[in-house]
Amino acid sequence: MELFDIVFYCFAFFALAGAVVVVFSRSIMYAAFALLFAFFGIAGFYVLLHADFLAITQVLIYIGGILVLMLFGVMLTNKVVSVDMKTGTLQTVPAMIVAAVVGGSLAGIFYSTWSTTEASPPVMMTSTPGIGTLLMTSYLLPFEIASVVLLVALVGAAMVARRRD
Amino acid sequence: MGSFMAGLLEWLQHVQLAHFLIVSAILFALGFYGIVTRKNAILVLMGLELVLNAANINLIAFSRYTSLTLDGQVTAVFVIILAAAEAAIALAIVLNIYNRFQTVNIDEISHLRE
Repeated sequence: MELFDIVFYCFAFFALAGAVVVVFSRSIMYAAFALLFAFFGIAGFYVLLHADFLAITQVLIYIGGILVLMLFGVMLTNKVVSVDMKTGTLQTVPAMIVAAVVGGSLAGIFYSTWSTTEASPPVMMTSTPGIGTLLMTSYLLPFEIASVVLLVALVGAAMVARRRD
Repeated sequence: MGSFMAGLLEWLQHVQLAHFLIVSAILFALGFYGIVTRKNAILVLMGLELVLNAANINLIAFSRYTSLTLDGQVTAVFVIILAAAEAAIALAIVLNIYNRFQTVNIDEISHLRE
């Protein structure tokens, strides 16, 4: 066990424990805050994979943006008179069977196909200049389309959510 | 069986591509379970975010360990952009549904108009 492996298992614990609480907790607020730990663990994975730009983007957009948006959604769609906001579940047994089969077969395929790769690939330099160059050259059209999509989505979201009197 | 367990233990101690992929497979299964079973629409969206994050881990792990290099990371950037747009739109729709039906439980919202 090297330091890399130990850190990997720490982040994997964060991500998976967070995801388990998100999926199984009956309290909506606990689920929302567990999502924070899941996103944090995944951001740690990105650091381990030498994707520094994406790790920062994950923290900024997922934790700073999407999670706060989710919390707003939780607060605005529940009558917050008591602290414990519960939610029910549907079809747990069939869903558990299907999810176990899907996850197990995916993990089995990954293990049998990719279990023997190069142990230590060459160290990549910082990825931010490369991503910037790619976005401005071979990915220019998707980049521009994505910016238009974001603009339209945000204007549309403001349109849809506003109160009509 | 004993030698298989010993081999598995040995394999677990050296983290490489498959470890990341298997964690992402478990995250995908958990997110799928959340999407299918939750009643509250916002918790369904949280499951969706877990699924998108699992896909992103795969993209970035392959970009690190194979010859994909930075293309996988750029694709992951687009996934994050679309996830942000999706969350904004979906929460706007959920707020609208709440204003109209006074609930966000998706099993109680069964008609398209009042």
